[in-house]
Amino acid sequence: MTTVELGMPDAPTPIDAAIARSLEQHGPKVTELKGKDFKTDQEVRWCPGCGDYVILNAVQSFLPSLGIAREDMVIVSGIGCSSRFPYYMNTFGMHSIHGRAPAIATGLAAARPDLSVWVVTGDGDALSIGGNHLIHALRRNVNMTILLFNNRIYGLTKGQYSPTSEVGKVTKSTPMGSLDHPFNPVSLAIGADATFVGRAMDSDRKGLTEVLRQAAEHQGTSLVEIYQNCNIFNDGAFELLKDPATGPMWTIPLEDGKPLVFGPDGASCVVRDDFGGLRIAETNQVDASQIVVHDASREDPSYAFALSRLSSQDLRYTPMGVFRKVQKPSYEAMMSEQLDEARLQGPGDLDALLAGGDTWEVTA
Amino acid sequence: MTGTNPTVAPSDSNGALATPVPSSAPGGLVKSVVELDRVVIRLAGDSGDGMQLTGNRFTSETASFGNDLKTLPNFPAEIRAPTGTLPGVSSFQLQFADHDVMTPGDAPDVLVAMNPAALKANLSELPGGGLLIVDSDEFTPRNLAKVGYATNPLEDGSLEGWQTVSVPLTSMTLEALADSGLGKKEAERSKNMFTLGLLSWMYHRPTEGTIRFLERQFRRKPEIAAANIAAFRAGYNYGDTTEAFAVSYEIKPAPMKPGRYRNISGNQALALGLVAAGQRSGLPVFLGAYPITPASDILHELSRHKAFGVRTFQAEDEIAGIGAALGASFGGALGITTTSGPGVSLKSEALGLAVMTELPLVVVDVQRGGPSTGLPTKTEQSDLLQAMFGRNGEAPVPVIAPRSPGDCFDAAVEAARIALTYRTPVMLLSDGYLANGAEPWAIPDADSLPDLTSAVAFATEPNGSAPDGTPEFLPYLRDPETLARAWAIPGTAGMQHRIGGLEKADKTGNISYDPANHDFMTRTRQAKIDGIAASIPPTDVDDPDGDARVAVIGWGSTYGPIGAAARRIRSSGRKVAQIHLRHINPFPADLGEVLARYDRVICPEMNLGQLSLLLRAKYLVDVQSHTQVRGLPFRAAELAAVIQDAIDTVQPAAVDHAVANGAQQ
Repeated sequence: MTTVELGMPDAPTPIDAAIARSLEQHGPKVTELKGKDFKTDQEVRWCPGCGDYVILNAVQSFLPSLGIAREDMVIVSGIGCSSRFPYYMNTFGMHSIHGRAPAIATGLAAARPDLSVWVVTGDGDALSIGGNHLIHALRRNVNMTILLFNNRIYGLTKGQYSPTSEVGKVTKSTPMGSLDHPFNPVSLAIGADATFVGRAMDSDRKGLTEVLRQAAEHQGTSLVEIYQNCNIFNDGAFELLKDPATGPMWTIPLEDGKPLVFGPDGASCVVRDDFGGLRIAETNQVDASQIVVHDASREDPSYAFALSRLSSQDLRYTPMGVFRKVQKPSYEAMMSEQLDEARLQGPGDLDALLAGGDTWEVTA
Repeated sequence: MTGTNPTVAPSDSNGALATPVPSSAPGGLVKSVVELDRVVIRLAGDSGDGMQLTGNRFTSETASFGNDLKTLPNFPAEIRAPTGTLPGVSSFQLQFADHDVMTPGDAPDVLVAMNPAALKANLSELPGGGLLIVDSDEFTPRNLAKVGYATNPLEDGSLEGWQTVSVPLTSMTLEALADSGLGKKEAERSKNMFTLGLLSWMYHRPTEGTIRFLERQFRRKPEIAAANIAAFRAGYNYGDTTEAFAVSYEIKPAPMKPGRYRNISGNQALALGLVAAGQRSGLPVFLGAYPITPASDILHELSRHKAFGVRTFQAEDEIAGIGAALGASFGGALGITTTSGPGVSLKSEALGLAVMTELPLVVVDVQRGGPSTGLPTKTEQSDLLQAMFGRNGEAPVPVIAPRSPGDCFDAAVEAARIALTYRTPVMLLSDGYLANGAEPWAIPDADSLPDLTSAVAFATEPNGSAPDGTPEFLPYLRDPETLARAWAIPGTAGMQHRIGGLEKADKTGNISYDPANHDFMTRTRQAKIDGIAASIPPTDVDDPDGDARVAVIGWGSTYGPIGAAARRIRSSGRKVAQIHLRHINPFPADLGEVLARYDRVICPEMNLGQLSLLLRAKYLVDVQSHTQVRGLPFRAAELAAVIQDAIDTVQPAAVDHAVANGAQQ
């Protein structure tokens, strides 16, 4: 065990010492990895046919491209089907309690800015019981990537409606149809001033990988909503977008610098409306200059928010891709800066701290 | 049994008096100086009158003079209740002496009342003959009517039973600040400093500290600093020259162990203890907390110590506070969360996760009156059973408690030691009285503090092997002695593992629903916590002659009142043993044996008998519970009566005289 010099500004903590020892024992960090290197020996226990399998495979295949060692990655999850994710990833992981993963990940990321921190959560976990932690994590901009698996149903508790279920949904707990108006997770995240917000489809490997890559590279909190099919309790929830016959009609692909034209033969497009929002138009009815060119880096969140409002509860006109990507200092970096600034005058002197200001001496 | 025995002195008034010694004062008046061995002063005023600040300044002056002291701030939860009303009264009591004191005093010798409401709320506690100083300017018909005085008590003779000195504090302050350029309203605010000046003269307090403090406090508003200093000096000089006060008092410094001292409050000491634990373990400290009375000051204090690598995170709620702290612990930091009872309720589930994941975590509960929002600014010890059992499943958590404001420092270091050594969340139960109360504190030498480096040993190499013989890291392989599990942190190669709230398989930590494994793991987690007893000292029994037949046992902030009561009992010739627990879960290994030695065990608590319940359940000992939940500490006299009754019942013939009147405490 390395002796720790107390009070030195750059004194190695036991954390630094453990990492240094690990490097001595195991050699340099291995960052050239293959997808299979991220698999664990644990049997994957999702229902056969679950969209989670597709996402797990996509994540495992794409992670090597980030060049991050497995031991430097931590996946924190809450409760729900998707939250079993960490068990299947050969990284550090914590399968925590319902809704609290963003809070736990915040503490970890703030204490250890050297790590790549991920949160895996679902629509119930992130938006119902954990809604508070999600919005606060987003506004703080702690460096972490949140994957929100949205299947619009409670799966692990066997089929109650979720905060993203459409109004009128008939489930075990709503035999006459649900009364709740659903959240649009992307709108919610942009409303919380999230610096990175994206959306992808479980079955669209290419699109999903592209959004995940950008999210992982982003400094600050990234939220990626992943539409995920629950084939047991809400099968076909995203069929409108997945079906090759209807998908292109209702999907608005977001590509930076490209005009928002979509649909068969580019028949539809996105233009500005009179009140600062956006609306769908027929391409041949508008002047090309009226068509909005996508720009995820706009500082003002109004545009990204307006984009998120194009889609309805029945998923028509759903933008997919990166809605917003802006640069802002991340929380843990600013926290570290404050610590550095506090140490400008030298490291803390414990004896001086204990003595405080006013003292007096008692002599024998 | 709660009756007060009439043979026990009901109050602490009237310290030993010496002959007045005349001294000449400037202005030609000859004033006498009376020597006292101790005084209890209570300052009472409106929430906006600055009574807490005045009390704290007088405390600092007194501490630096060398008296021993204890304080009791008592204020409403409302920041500014309507001016001049009874709910808005804020008070600050302190006892200081030329010997060691254990409590802020049962009742004041001197009451300063800044308005009719303060008088009405406090007068019943000032013993007959006590000194009463009032601000006569505030006794206006309007203010009198606000609190239901039909006539002015300063004029209707109702205060004849006390030595009443009626002083126009407000108008004299205004007069002193006539040239300050401040408006009337602003100048009036300095009346608390005028009052402090007067008290400083009366009790020969050193004044330089207060002047330095005011200069520092208002360095950006020099005119306000000057006005406060002028008011403070005017009050002092008024005392020196007026005929209203013919006597001043001297209380010699108390003999204390040689060393360097400072004045410290419980919350301050607790925060410093946490910084020290970080320094002595080498681990970065991470505090996740949500503001709550009376714990917020720990967050404030820790947020100022970034130079020590302390990270503080003001979370969106109590759950996020503990969640973030646990996340930081997973990363290898010393995770801490601070709160009060309602916050503990919210943290329960995450605390269970900490039990399951077996990560170190310090949870500080600065208890206040409950249930629910309860009494936010008042003290109570009613979260003990919540700390012990307030989680789903079998979720044992070590529980420790400090006994005095300064002791909060040692308790914090001890909490960190247990958390790190045994990889477990630890509950540290302070309370509102300890948190805000203050006392002189012998400043420890940093090098003399416990070395916690050996409690931190991050695994960096496999500690076991897979069924096929491949070396692998087993996160739930335990140290055979402490039963602590192996701790590996992110960033160390090959140590990747997953933990969580689901039941763990022994050694591997993989999910397991196996019946035998759950039974084994449940018992192992319990055995780990029980095993902490091996690392703590045996029960400390304070029984000077060693033959007492009655023992009084307590925990937490009741140490002072119980100790003061024990002194009274002993000075009456009776015998009592005092046992005060630092560790409540687990108890010291010999506690059952120790308690069995006594004919009677009394347990005073500021709840309805929570420790008593634990002691009875664990040791089948017939504990006599004595309880009170008034939001205030016990009075020593009341406890002495309870103890005396028990002793005289057990041993009726042994002592035939009463507890001495006015015994020192």
